[in-house]
Amino acid sequence: MKTIKKFMLCVALAGAFSPLQAMAADQFVALPSYRVGPYAAGGSGFYGGAIDYFNLVNANGGVNGVKILWEECETEYNPSRGIECYERLKTKNGGATLVDPLSTGVAYGILDRVNQDKIPLTTLGYGRSDAANGKVFPYVFPLIASYWNQAAAMIKYLADKEGGYAKLKGKKIVHLYHDSAFGKEPLPVLEAQAKQYGFELIKIAVAPPGSEQQSQWLQIRQARPDHVILWGWGVMNSVAIKTAQRNGFPREKMLGVWWAGSEEDTIPSGDAAKGYTSMTFNTPGNYPLLDELRKKVYGAGKGNLADQGRIGSVYHMRGLTMGILWVEAIRTAQEKFGKGKVMTGEQVRWGLENLDVNEARQKALGAFGMFPTVKTSCDDHEGSGAVKVQQWDGKKWVAITPNWVVGDKALTRRLLEESSNAYALEKKITPACMK
Amino acid sequence: MSFFLEVLIGGLLSGVMYALVAIGFVLIYKASGVFNFAQGAMVFFAALTCVGIIDKFGVSIWLAIPITVAVMILLGLAIEKVVLRPLVNQPEITLFMATIGLAFFIEGLAQLLWGSQVHKLELPIDDVPIAYLLENYNIIVSQFDVTAAAICAVLVTVLALLFSRTKVGRALRAVADDHQAALAVGIPLQQIWAVVWSVAGLVALVAGLLWGARNGVQFALTFIALKALPVLILGGFTSVPGAIVGGLIIGASEKLAEVYIGPMVGGGIEGWFPYVLALLFLLVRPEGLFGEKIIRRI
Amino acid sequence: MFYREAGQFKTSYQSDGQIFPIRQDRYAMLLLVVLTLVLVPLFASAYTLSAILIPFLIFSLAALGLNILTGYCGQLSLGTAAFMAVGAFASFNFVLRIPGIPMLLAFVLGGLCAALVGIAFGLPSLRIRGFYLAASTLATQFFVVWCLTKIGWLTNYSSSGVITAQKIVILGYTFDTPASKYVLVLAIVALMALLAKNMVRSNVGRSWMAVRDMDVAAEVIGFRPMRTKLLAFAVSSFYCGVAGALYAYAYLGTVEPEAYNLDLSFRILFMIIIGGVGSVLGSFLGAAFIVLLPVFLNILAHALSLPTSVASNLELMVFGALIIFFLIVEPHGLARLWQVGKEKLRLWPFPH
Repeated sequence: MKTIKKFMLCVALAGAFSPLQAMAADQFVALPSYRVGPYAAGGSGFYGGAIDYFNLVNANGGVNGVKILWEECETEYNPSRGIECYERLKTKNGGATLVDPLSTGVAYGILDRVNQDKIPLTTLGYGRSDAANGKVFPYVFPLIASYWNQAAAMIKYLADKEGGYAKLKGKKIVHLYHDSAFGKEPLPVLEAQAKQYGFELIKIAVAPPGSEQQSQWLQIRQARPDHVILWGWGVMNSVAIKTAQRNGFPREKMLGVWWAGSEEDTIPSGDAAKGYTSMTFNTPGNYPLLDELRKKVYGAGKGNLADQGRIGSVYHMRGLTMGILWVEAIRTAQEKFGKGKVMTGEQVRWGLENLDVNEARQKALGAFGMFPTVKTSCDDHEGSGAVKVQQWDGKKWVAITPNWVVGDKALTRRLLEESSNAYALEKKITPACMK
Repeated sequence: MSFFLEVLIGGLLSGVMYALVAIGFVLIYKASGVFNFAQGAMVFFAALTCVGIIDKFGVSIWLAIPITVAVMILLGLAIEKVVLRPLVNQPEITLFMATIGLAFFIEGLAQLLWGSQVHKLELPIDDVPIAYLLENYNIIVSQFDVTAAAICAVLVTVLALLFSRTKVGRALRAVADDHQAALAVGIPLQQIWAVVWSVAGLVALVAGLLWGARNGVQFALTFIALKALPVLILGGFTSVPGAIVGGLIIGASEKLAEVYIGPMVGGGIEGWFPYVLALLFLLVRPEGLFGEKIIRRI
Repeated sequence: MFYREAGQFKTSYQSDGQIFPIRQDRYAMLLLVVLTLVLVPLFASAYTLSAILIPFLIFSLAALGLNILTGYCGQLSLGTAAFMAVGAFASFNFVLRIPGIPMLLAFVLGGLCAALVGIAFGLPSLRIRGFYLAASTLATQFFVVWCLTKIGWLTNYSSSGVITAQKIVILGYTFDTPASKYVLVLAIVALMALLAKNMVRSNVGRSWMAVRDMDVAAEVIGFRPMRTKLLAFAVSSFYCGVAGALYAYAYLGTVEPEAYNLDLSFRILFMIIIGGVGSVLGSFLGAAFIVLLPVFLNILAHALSLPTSVASNLELMVFGALIIFFLIVEPHGLARLWQVGKEKLRLWPFPH
């Protein structure tokens, strides 16, 4: 009798505690990162930022009690290894629910797989620009702004600098690009706008990796342009800045894409980089969130960056932004599908499609103004399209546009829909919103 | 006309920079018959060590350089002992593959020790156009490039003196000529190899400092080796003056082609043009301009 | 004891010249075929199939192509990835522009295009040799990749230059699950490996080996160097072209020039060096080593809970060190180790 009572008591207690057990399971996200090779500096900063944020969220109790669990896998920026990493990570720990490889090659490689595996793929500021159309790419989210919107914003900023779109007529803009898919990505937008506003677009290619640009800059000097758009990656950026100095071209007239606008590009160029401007989707500066990070995460010895001086650097903040958007998506999903429960990939996808990180929410997170407000929907997987322009003052980046710059979204939307519908036709997908 | 001169001079000067890296290859190939693919990684390692010492220990560059020299000598000794000695008498391709493995090892080691950040390297020379030429002739020639060419000239002279006037130099030439014969007269082969690899390491350091000051010390420095290959092909694998001449030809033609032919075909031809040029050259002269004529016996 | 040919007599020249003259070898091969063709797709996980076995097979095919050129014919080549790219892009264009073309035919045609490019860029081998030839094959690598990036017609004028490969449809059946893709790739690779094995055993293979060992002497006894070398380039590029097409269609899912960079060429060269130059089996062993090693190192690093940047750099260092180690310990590669193993097995349990 006594044993039966004890047994019943144990079962009852077990039953009472099991919901708590379920809450203690973790939300697993996959991070196919790269920390060796030519882009290691960017990769370590970006993934360091994301991991720092996850550690902070976990230190604060997780998302309604659910902690974030992540695993990294070295891809060396190689599509083949990226796919292998993705395949290995996607089934671990109950299944990955988010992935971002920070590499266009890897993203293209896993694009079809994420649809089948039901794992949302975010491509923050890179990858397919037309993936913003959620009807054709339900599982891909080029959050904040894609390459096309960035190109449009660049032209808007340059137009504002000249005094309006009308003043662009007759001006010369050089597009100095990395001779690869990445470099050619903005050409549809730039060429369309060149035709529309009457400026001359001079395209000058740089053979990868871009360690030698003397001939390109001599050509630029001959052309005497009004602006130079630097669409580069890796070593090409610092070499461009230095070669510009060597050829006497003022760096204030150079506007870099956001992969050409970080400390890793300006510091090695030394004094040459003073005055160089670039696009960014993070306003440089300090935030209460960064202070909290220093105290709670680095203070506890769990910081991911080896050098604390890199906290708040461009790549670190970009990683933080991704971390914030991921956690907000999980939170939004939990609001609908059950607070305190581990979300599946499909549920997180819904969360990403219904994100609303407005100013109030940013203030609550201690990151007001760090990135533009993000509001996604089925039609618009980007959520923003707004960017800022920053300038290197010799020691750090300073934002020189007080407000967020948005380019000709009507044009990019039109190009986007054409391109994504062509893709849908090719792949025999009927564009439709997912529930 | 002045534009043409600008492009030409700029090309010649970058050619000198390529030649600087190529000299390291030539030294090692001449003395040990090994095509050292790890030279690019050694350039990176040398530059990164120097900058790492400056950043981490706050010493001035004039102190960091001798320390890095010591490190490169140690590296040369280690490579000779661990990689070359066990692979004595293996076919060329095996040694070539071993140096590729070595390249991976050194790249990983460099980033493990000093981190994966990009570093700035400040040398006392600014990378700005020479004012005199700019004002009077409207030609842009960077004073950094000219200084680098001067340093390269000094380096080549020192190496030439080393080879022709010193005992070690004589021994190096003997080993390059015929390993067996050198052994027969009592030249310590392994010591010579250690010396050669250390000297190549020093050359890598000079190249690393100059390229690092130009481009920033980052992983992409390892790709400089790929730029040096056409230089070697043109100049011949076994000749230092060949490396210089090859470098000048490659540098000038590459830049001229990019500026004048590039726009006609969409640009970006600098990647393959030097190689195609070297290839065409080889069809006419299979051992390079100054290389040793290859005699094969059946 | 078990691996003896006692009692196995050959009664015709044909049976004497088999690839597997010993009965035990034939049984083992049959078992391998059943295992890999039937059991593996049924029981292996999707990860093993799609991330380990498919790239292993594709790289083995490319390594086989390079082995024919470098191992059997002695022409060192660093342009393998360029030929793979040509095969991939050519297949893509054939499927795109000729509606209804059988997929396998498109792959073969892609391989033939790669073979033509191989012949064109193999012409310098008639005059240049050794490392000079290797450096000039780099010209192939860079030039071909540049062409594929520049010429818009080849990428169907896609704005980003990255094209998604079409689905593989053969006789109405779509190969889109890991298991089906694996079986297709296995069938193609097995067939081509058999072809290669027979080629290297034949007169063609002997002419290649003669040119490799002493090309002047080969010319003296009557092998025409131009024909032999260009044939080697053509066959090798054909194999690499088909491998490249499979790489795009059955693994990556995209056709882009950046995936066929110099790094890939070097990896395939590693495969044949570690696997064994001049050996068909060596290509497979080398490919297995190179595909599995990074995965293994990655898993090991995770198991040891090393911080990721340290782990990644250590992976690189261990990879380099292992290559050097292998070259010191067994310069003829894993295939030689296998051969030594088989010889020891023939004597087992006796020491000699």
